[in-house]
Amino acid sequence: MTHPEPRFTPLRERHEALGASFTDFGGWSMPVRYTSDLAEHRAVREAAGIFDISHMAEFLVAGPDAGAFLDFALSGRLSTIADDQAKYSLVLDTTGGIVDDVIVYRQHAERFIVVANAGNRHAVATAFAERIQGRDVRVEDWTDRIALIAVQGPASPAVLADTTEISGWTTPLGELGYYRMAHADFVPSPGAEPVPVHIGRTGYTGEDGFEVFVRTEDALAMWDALRRAGEGHGLVPAGLAARDTLRLEAGMPLYGHELSLDVSPVQVGLGRAVARGDDDFVGRSALAVEAAGRPVLVGLAAEGRRAGRAGYAVRDENGAEIGVVTSGALSPTLGHPIAMALVAPDHAATGGTLSIDVRGTLVPATVTELPFYRRTK
Amino acid sequence: MTDLNTLKYTAEHEWVALDGDVATVGITDYAAEKLGDVVFAELPAAGTTVSAGQVCGEIESTKSVGELYAPVDGEVVEANTALDDDPSAINADPFGDGWLVKLRVDPGAVAGLLDRVAYLALTGGAE
Repeated sequence: MTHPEPRFTPLRERHEALGASFTDFGGWSMPVRYTSDLAEHRAVREAAGIFDISHMAEFLVAGPDAGAFLDFALSGRLSTIADDQAKYSLVLDTTGGIVDDVIVYRQHAERFIVVANAGNRHAVATAFAERIQGRDVRVEDWTDRIALIAVQGPASPAVLADTTEISGWTTPLGELGYYRMAHADFVPSPGAEPVPVHIGRTGYTGEDGFEVFVRTEDALAMWDALRRAGEGHGLVPAGLAARDTLRLEAGMPLYGHELSLDVSPVQVGLGRAVARGDDDFVGRSALAVEAAGRPVLVGLAAEGRRAGRAGYAVRDENGAEIGVVTSGALSPTLGHPIAMALVAPDHAATGGTLSIDVRGTLVPATVTELPFYRRTK
Repeated sequence: MTDLNTLKYTAEHEWVALDGDVATVGITDYAAEKLGDVVFAELPAAGTTVSAGQVCGEIESTKSVGELYAPVDGEVVEANTALDDDPSAINADPFGDGWLVKLRVDPGAVAGLLDRVAYLALTGGAE
């Protein structure tokens, strides 16, 4: 089921025209940067950036048992969120390990969209198929039908407001709350019939922002419309490199780095994504007997410019290896190195001093609460 | 503007400009583009002896770490300390202000490196 050659999103020609550098990510060839990843990062913090995230996988979950199915298949209780509300959740395996992290958007009680990571598309599809178990629900992989474009940054509401091709918002833009979704009409070209689009106030950058769901065949028109509207607002195309440093500063986990089949939600600070009470869901029994002493996710902040990177050892004052960096970079916003790391719980106290083994050089690092960066509202 | 045809190159994407017995070394535009925005360069101090093919420094971008290989045997006479404050010159002007180190070398050793045509053939590019 894997594609030997990386796939391209419907926006490939726009990225190539902009001179993007491409990287393989989750089986897709994606723009890693257009010109400067630092400039793209800064634009998102200070104005706005537009990201092609059409590699993300989307699943339609529909039918009378849609809510009950999601309550069982995912770690949280999804059936009770409001119409047009979004919620972060996890797909666990029977051992409590993380198969993927997802965002679930509820349209109404019998219709949800689940957005999963590109690289986990097939693992999630398989898990969902196994977990239907006679429920009256259908799960369809809509990844190839939907293009996803993110507009992120403090100027993103102004960009959306000025996108005149989008009208008929079911919730006015100014009233659309964080982790809420609106539906609207999009006119792909002058005189064309409007098509439905879905706009979530969600993102992966730590800024205010939107994720626009549009039919694949309208992706180019949507990209162009948003960029035209963004001209007066400092909107720049931004690639995966900026997306990674933005999410790292915001303390957001990335599957394959902070999250994997080998860690449980509590270890990585995602206990809030796990349902309490009597809910039965895949992975629940394993979480109930979870052993203490497993590594926990912490933030590490260092001085200087040498960043700890994924895979580097974290050491205690005696030089003993007590953990490993899961993601790290020189923070473009803060100007010093930051990292997330899985460390032994007796070294996880905030304020403690550890060191990161940066290719043989021990760089002192302070255990810090996440996130590293929080936007001012 | 540096005439890129007068420079020598290595397969590790360094360029070398020879002036008497002093070779100025940097990384090529191709390497800088592949790295992305450089945020830190660790360079050998003046007086350090380096030998051809040996790792003598590191160039870090937000996304990755590149190693600096000594293109030929030599002794470091100067490192570009201006990069400590502003490593972005490596991206903005890789053949100029983004130079990394100056080495005292045997000029004959530099002659054996790649010329522009051979280097472009290596990277699949062309003028």
